[in-house]
Amino acid sequence: MAAVSSMGKMYGLCFHAARQTAGVKASRLLHRRAFRISAVHQQQPFDSSLEKPQFPGASAEFVDHLEFIQPNVISGIPVYRVMDRQGNIINPSQDPQLSKETVLNFYQKMTLLNTMDRILYESQRQGRISFYMTNYGEEGTHIGSAAALEPTDMVFGQYREAGVLMYRGFSLDLFMAQCYANADDLGKGRQMPVHYGCKDLNFVTISSPLATQIPQAAGAAYALKRENLNRAVVCYFGEGAASEGDAHAGFNFSATLECPLIFFCRNNGYAISTPTNEQYRGDGIAARGPGYGMLSIRVDGNDVFAVYNATKEARRRAVAENQPFLIEAMTYRIGHHSTSDDSSAYRSVDEVNYWDKQDHPISRLRHYMTARGWWSEDDERTWRKQSRKTVMEAFERAERRLKPNPELLFTDVYLEMTPGLSKQRDSMWRHVQQYKEHYPLDLYEKQ
Amino acid sequence: MAAAARFFIRGANYRLPVSSVGTGTSGSVGAALLKLSPSCSSRSKTQRRHAAHFTYQPDPVPTQYGETQKMNLFQSITSALDNTLSNDPTAVIFGEDVAFGGVFRCTVGLRDKYGKDRVFNTPLCEQGIVGFGIGAAVAGATAIAEIQFADYIFPAFDQIVNEAAKYRYRSGNLFDCGNLTIRAPWGCVGHGSLYHSQSPEAFFVHCPGIKVVIPRGPMQAKGLLLSCIADRNPCIFFEPKILYRAAVEQVPVESYTIPLSEAEVLQEGSDVTLVAWGTQVHVLREVADMAQEKLGVSCEVIDLRTIQPWDIETVCKSVVKTGRLLVSHEAPVTGGFAAEISSTVQEECFLNLEAPISRVCGYDTPFPHIFEPFYIPDKWKCFEAIKKMINY
Repeated sequence: MAAVSSMGKMYGLCFHAARQTAGVKASRLLHRRAFRISAVHQQQPFDSSLEKPQFPGASAEFVDHLEFIQPNVISGIPVYRVMDRQGNIINPSQDPQLSKETVLNFYQKMTLLNTMDRILYESQRQGRISFYMTNYGEEGTHIGSAAALEPTDMVFGQYREAGVLMYRGFSLDLFMAQCYANADDLGKGRQMPVHYGCKDLNFVTISSPLATQIPQAAGAAYALKRENLNRAVVCYFGEGAASEGDAHAGFNFSATLECPLIFFCRNNGYAISTPTNEQYRGDGIAARGPGYGMLSIRVDGNDVFAVYNATKEARRRAVAENQPFLIEAMTYRIGHHSTSDDSSAYRSVDEVNYWDKQDHPISRLRHYMTARGWWSEDDERTWRKQSRKTVMEAFERAERRLKPNPELLFTDVYLEMTPGLSKQRDSMWRHVQQYKEHYPLDLYEKQ
Repeated sequence: MAAAARFFIRGANYRLPVSSVGTGTSGSVGAALLKLSPSCSSRSKTQRRHAAHFTYQPDPVPTQYGETQKMNLFQSITSALDNTLSNDPTAVIFGEDVAFGGVFRCTVGLRDKYGKDRVFNTPLCEQGIVGFGIGAAVAGATAIAEIQFADYIFPAFDQIVNEAAKYRYRSGNLFDCGNLTIRAPWGCVGHGSLYHSQSPEAFFVHCPGIKVVIPRGPMQAKGLLLSCIADRNPCIFFEPKILYRAAVEQVPVESYTIPLSEAEVLQEGSDVTLVAWGTQVHVLREVADMAQEKLGVSCEVIDLRTIQPWDIETVCKSVVKTGRLLVSHEAPVTGGFAAEISSTVQEECFLNLEAPISRVCGYDTPFPHIFEPFYIPDKWKCFEAIKKMINY
């Protein structure tokens, strides 16, 4: 390797990683895979007559001058995109050439999500639901990646991936049921809004602690690998959650244990109020991948086709080669962190408006569609009216529905009901019977 | 995490040859130097290491589970794992150093027998080990995670408490990690000090959704471990490391289960109920003999076995009969599990009590090294506590 002499001009690990992600020849890849496998079996015979380092921990050449590797954050890993900000295809070979039906579906799912977000955010403001998180600006990351997966692939999310669930077919009624914690909630009313889960759609229930899903995704992928049924795992998280120790654990485990897994990082610029320059000093999340021996790419998260292409290829190879992939989707969180946040406290309205008006995944895709004559002003008006109507109808149904029976407070702690919990449950009901005027029993389903 | 002080634990009967630890020079140099030192020639009592604080009492030979074989505790664990890997094609065992057989030899031979995709090392990261285990269990595999010492389970605390324990409840029973079992060596070992002696069961019993199980010997361990693996809830199985070699008895070769959440009355008595788990059961058995012999006091000895959810009925039934309760554990007394037993028993059996409930436990200090003989709740402390209860 010419590494020794080019150290001075070296762009750091990032550049080499970029080379690798930008189209590696199959043979080189197989060589790397073969090397990785042989590194596992190691224990090559030691020969100190060679001037090559013999350390078990690293394979590299010696170098005789002192130079620290520069982390490259100025011109780091490039951002892969297919469309420009106006929705024009830049390199025709990258156009996935999806059917009109598929593209219309992308658009409708993104806008339906947007409409549902507006209505549910407002419903929190009016005190109808306790909490909500919108997905404004990140719809492209959800739909593009979800479309590139198989329905049987397992999804481990963080909390801002409702579009993935929507793409897979989760109904408005079930979204609302969870947010309202009513008797139709698949989760039985136990969690705060937006903590969705659906076994039929292979979307593992969301939990509030951040990044805990990352090593879990590695374990699930390992189990699916052993099943050998062509199933992958995708694991979503934000750039803030990527600072957690669990993220490091998950990346390392997935690489060492050779798991068919896609790590999808939504880098949206903020972790609540913390901007990225207070979250990390390196070149984002993608630059960490090579440190774990993982193939990595950075994509324009607002370009639904770029997200689609990268996820599709990563998924194909993750399963074929049993190795993890890291996709960092650059995007922007247009909305507040949640209904408990007012982001004007830490960022300017101008900044938010730029992204809303000038670089939005929904408008980009609309331009692509209108350029092909697939979508007109009339279509837009009709669709807006229709989607608003279906969301409002689901909303009204959810509003009227009772909450689940308080029996469900005590079940599912263990698979079976324990004697101790049974006693506590009986005690709760006796108490509530005696003091019933102080408990909102009318809002809950009866036994 | 805490990689610096991993070392082979010397049980009561085990000898580690000095030369096997690579010194770069021959081990005889070290031995020769030692011989020259004056203080080494006299074999004074103060130089010898303290003998074990208990005598292992083997279980009677079981007859209902088929052919048995002499096994120590780590061999009985290996046997349970062997049965599991043989009967369940989805079962996988993973953790630090399990591939070569484990630092306590619990997984010897399993990788060769069942393959490297089923018995494998993970990177050194407890939060990763448990997180990975949860994910594998959620995806349908039987996941058996090893934490190298219970003292190092804390990085995984979030995954255990916030994730594993709550998976079923929070998802409305759509998802669960009931296929997960976490195993860890537990308890004092004579010289383990702060970080190789801990008994952290109290931290976990405070968390609804997981089960905590602690065996007193090989035959119990295999049956209880197989129950934990079969149980459809995430379980933590603590293995008393001081018993790995010291406890030897006849153990069935085939699979068998011992029910969870059932305490065992090891000997019946009428004056005092003694409750413990793990190694301490053997201390209390000796204390029961001492009490009978020196005080004429008849003790009922109960091995709790499952700490969470625990067998309240058996313990209360015993206290109603005897009127006196002593609970003993190595973990520090404040907030230890004896406190929970004590509180529940006084609620259920208040009018039956002849004396305050006695807790003979570790002091509220970190587990000390050289002061271990003073720290542990040994038979003399338990004996003295019985005397006080009888004379109350």
